[in-house]
Amino acid sequence: MIDDIQKRLLEEVADLHQMPEGAYNIRANGEMAARSTTANIDIVSKEDGSGIDIKIKANTKNESVHIPVVLSQSGLKEMVYNDFYIGENCDVVIVAGCGIHNCGVQDSEHDGIHRFYVGKNSRVKYVEKHYGAGDGTGKRILNPGTEVYQEEGSYVEMEMVQIKGVDSTVRTTKAELSAGATLIVHERLMTHGTQDAVSKYEVFLNGVDSSTDVISRSVAKDHSVQSFEASIVGNTECHGHAECDAIIMDQARVIAIPKLDANDVDASLIHEAAIGKIAGEQLIKLMSLGLTEEEAEEKIINGFLR
Amino acid sequence: MLEIKDLVFDVPAEKGTKEIIRNLNLKIDDGKFVVITGPNGGGKSTLAKLIMGIEQPTGGSILFEGEDITQKSITERANMGISFAFQQPVRFKGIQVLDLIRLAAGKNLSASDACEYLSKVGLCAKDYINREVNASLSGGELKRIEIATVLARGTKMSIFDEPEAGIDLWSFQNLIQVFEGIRKSIHGTVLIISHQERILDIADEIVVIRNGMVAQQGPKDMILPSLLGTPAAIGTCSKF
Repeated sequence: MIDDIQKRLLEEVADLHQMPEGAYNIRANGEMAARSTTANIDIVSKEDGSGIDIKIKANTKNESVHIPVVLSQSGLKEMVYNDFYIGENCDVVIVAGCGIHNCGVQDSEHDGIHRFYVGKNSRVKYVEKHYGAGDGTGKRILNPGTEVYQEEGSYVEMEMVQIKGVDSTVRTTKAELSAGATLIVHERLMTHGTQDAVSKYEVFLNGVDSSTDVISRSVAKDHSVQSFEASIVGNTECHGHAECDAIIMDQARVIAIPKLDANDVDASLIHEAAIGKIAGEQLIKLMSLGLTEEEAEEKIINGFLR
Repeated sequence: MLEIKDLVFDVPAEKGTKEIIRNLNLKIDDGKFVVITGPNGGGKSTLAKLIMGIEQPTGGSILFEGEDITQKSITERANMGISFAFQQPVRFKGIQVLDLIRLAAGKNLSASDACEYLSKVGLCAKDYINREVNASLSGGELKRIEIATVLARGTKMSIFDEPEAGIDLWSFQNLIQVFEGIRKSIHGTVLIISHQERILDIADEIVVIRNGMVAQQGPKDMILPSLLGTPAAIGTCSKF
């Protein structure tokens, strides 16, 4: 059963106000709380109990899968493997995400490993939101691992969002792209207090005309620490672009580590990184419209992380 | 009414301080369309920033509607009814034109109401309303959006700091039309910092600032003839 705290977490991480349409699997406190499958999308538990397999039939169009995870029991630690097998010529939306509510003194941790096997010419939009709440002293820890294997002509767009309440996170994303495949990543991250967040991307452009665009926008407040590592390996004629744009505030620290590895004369790889505080002139402009300094700061951050 | 009394603004220099504004006194009556001109480095833009509260004076006072605003913050002055269009409009990643106009209006304007302000500055509204106010916009486009935010505020006093700076000739020609439109439609006092003869030509009153002081002030017809041919009133083409 889903309780009120878990409902609120579901709203935060998956915009779910009720049971979603289409296929879904809701995991609460380490157990399956609800599941639904469709004619084209099957969800089965792995035999060893370590996670689920999501199988999407070829040519499945305009369908969605929701697989949110919520933890409201302090001290719970889990490692889950979810594998997505997406057939050819699909067009699907996958919404994942994890919310932790920790009122206790023990650390709560969810480590989710998602592997995507994307068939030829399929389009996948993947949305993953992370959220932490609760006033306990126990930490809220999320370590998501994502692996993406894209076949020819496939297109994957990933939106990764972590705005509030997660004390510690190490996100690792690895992708291998075949010919003509495209991977777009939009990461939005905000850390505060003494939180720390590490985000590592490793994209291998193995097929001719494969391309990737990895864009991270982040805000680091208080004493938080962020590290963004983007590595793009171009093994053939390909296009790769990584961008890290961070606003640093208070006593925070932001580290950006770019790595471009071109193994082919036709590999075109670009990295951009910018870290800086909110520009004084931006604050002045919004204050001249009647906002207080605090309101101006909030508007600038909200826009930046949109 | 805006009243400036004995205003002084010093900045640190190699030896001691340098006076940018020297005991400046000025009165601007309500509802007037006033253009402030004068040579570069004379203190015009600094005066505009002092009125908005972006810079703090070393001495003297500024009264708006009879109230001393010298110690008030930018936010307080904005809420009392002063608006400011920046010489170099600010860019924002992620903030859209619609957001900015809504913030300026201080209410959740409908997209079509916000579009009206963009149309007034000569922008085809639907092409711009959802654009981000970022580096993808040209100098001329940013300038117009900046002016639209001031129009959306509709305050008692609107200050425009060198609206012609940093834009191309084509945009400038259009900008003149925008100000001619503002001249007819705006209710309130307009204060424009400009060297442009065509902007000076639509003023009710001209103030010449030189060496941090008011050198001349009076009706356009009285002041403009003496400025023609000087750097205080340059023709459109000579700028480019």
